[in-house]
Amino acid sequence: MKVVVNFDLCESNAVCMGIAPEVFEVRDDDFLYVLQEEPPEELREQVTEAARRCPKQAITVED
Amino acid sequence: MDPVVVVGASLAGLSAIDALRAGGHDGDVVLLESAPSLPSDRPPLSKQVLAGSMEPEAARQPLAARLDELDVEVRWGTRVDSFDAASLQLRCATGTELRASGVVVATGAAPRALPGPTLAGVHVLRTMDDCLALRADLDRGPDRVVVVGAGFIGAEVAATCRELGLEVTLLEGAPAPMVRVLPVQVGSFVADLHRAHGVDVRLGVGVEGLDGADGRVRAVRLADGTSIPAEVVVVGIGVVPGTGWLEGSGVPLGNGVTCDETCLAAPGVVAAGDVAEWFNPHFGERMRVEQWEHAIEHGAAAGRRLLAGDGPGAPFGSVPWFWSDQYDRKLQMAGRPSAADEVHVLEGSLEEHRFAVAFRRGDRCTGVLGVNRPRHVVQARMRLAESLDWAPIEELFT
Repeated sequence: MKVVVNFDLCESNAVCMGIAPEVFEVRDDDFLYVLQEEPPEELREQVTEAARRCPKQAITVED
Repeated sequence: MDPVVVVGASLAGLSAIDALRAGGHDGDVVLLESAPSLPSDRPPLSKQVLAGSMEPEAARQPLAARLDELDVEVRWGTRVDSFDAASLQLRCATGTELRASGVVVATGAAPRALPGPTLAGVHVLRTMDDCLALRADLDRGPDRVVVVGAGFIGAEVAATCRELGLEVTLLEGAPAPMVRVLPVQVGSFVADLHRAHGVDVRLGVGVEGLDGADGRVRAVRLADGTSIPAEVVVVGIGVVPGTGWLEGSGVPLGNGVTCDETCLAAPGVVAAGDVAEWFNPHFGERMRVEQWEHAIEHGAAAGRRLLAGDGPGAPFGSVPWFWSDQYDRKLQMAGRPSAADEVHVLEGSLEEHRFAVAFRRGDRCTGVLGVNRPRHVVQARMRLAESLDWAPIEELFT
C-alpha cells in the first residue's frame, strides 16, 4: 500500500493525523508530513478512513 | 425483501449506504433524491467555487466516484411526499409508492429566507446553482455586497467577496459572529478579522426587510430605521431541517428528526446529518450538528444501526469538528462549547490572530478552537474523544 498526498489540494486540516497519527503528521509549521509512504498492511483501515474523511480529498491510497 | 430506502443523496445519505455495504448488507438499496443529479460537495461553494478558483465539477462529494460500486438504485428528481413509519411505506411526488425494510432519513436542511417578495440580487447559498447564481451577480461588479448573518456561510462569503475586491457589509443580529457555535469572546475575534480586511461589520443590528425597484434589490432596511444600499444581498441566517415530508408520519420531530443515542428515530427508521438531532452520549446532551465531517460519521453510524436490526445497536458518541477558511486564517474547532463556558487561551493570542483556546465547564473541556493551529486542534480532538476531562487538555499545551 502506498500513500500519496496531493499537496496542491492539502490544506492541513489535519483530519488524517487524528485518524492515522502513525502515518500523517501536521507539524508546528502547519504543513503535513507523511511519516510512512508505504505503511504496513495493519494500518490500511485507518489510512483508508483518513483518505475518505479528508475534506479536500487530497489523499490517495494505491495498492 | 423490501429495499433499504435512503432519502437524500447527501453526505450523510451516501455514507449510510457505504456503511450498509461495508457491514455486509447485500439486499437492494434505493436512493431517492429530489435534485436532478448528485448534489455537489458544499464547503467549496462559499469559498473556491464562488471565488472562481475551482471548477464546479471539481466540487464532488467524497463518495461520488464510488456510487456505482455501492450498487444503488438511484432515482434522481424524486421528492418524497409522505411516509408512514409504522408500515415503512413511502409515497413519492410522482405518485409512486415504495415499501422499505429500513429507511435512512438524510434530507439535510434548507436555508431560511428573509420574508418579503422575491427580488433579483438576493441570494442564499446551499447548492451549486445558488453558488453560480451568486457568482454571476458578483461578476457584474456590484458597488456593495451586503451579507445578512455572520454565521459560517455569511462569514465565508464576506471573506470571499473581499478577496474578489468587492465592498462588503456584514450584518449580524447577535453581539458577535458565529454565536451559534462560538462563545461571544471568540466570535468577536471573527469580527475583528473581518474589520482588519476592510469589511463594514455591524453587530447587534436587526434586519427589517429588503427594498427593491423593478424587481431588483436596492437596499437592506434595518430595524433602527436606516438602510444600506445594496446591489447584491446574501442571506445566511441559518437553515431549517428538511422534515416537511415527515409531518404526520409517526417519526418524532422536534429540532429536526428526534433520534436516540443510536441514531434510531422509530423502528426501522434512522436519521443522520443536518436533519437529525440525537443524544450524543459522549457529551451527555442532545445535539443537531450541521457540519461536514459530522454528516459522514453520523451517516455511517445510522447505516450500522439499521444493520443491527431489532438489536440494541451501538451508541454514537462523537466529538463534532469543523473548519472554516476565512482569508488566510483557518478556524477549526473540536467539541461543542456553549456561550456560558469559560474561555482559556492556551496558545498564542487573539490579537495575533493565531491561537488555540479551550472552553471549560467545571472540570470538563467542552471544546478546543484553533486559528491556524491545526496540529493543536487535532491533538485536542484525539484527547477529547477519549474523555472530556479538563486536565489532559491543559497538559497538552504546557
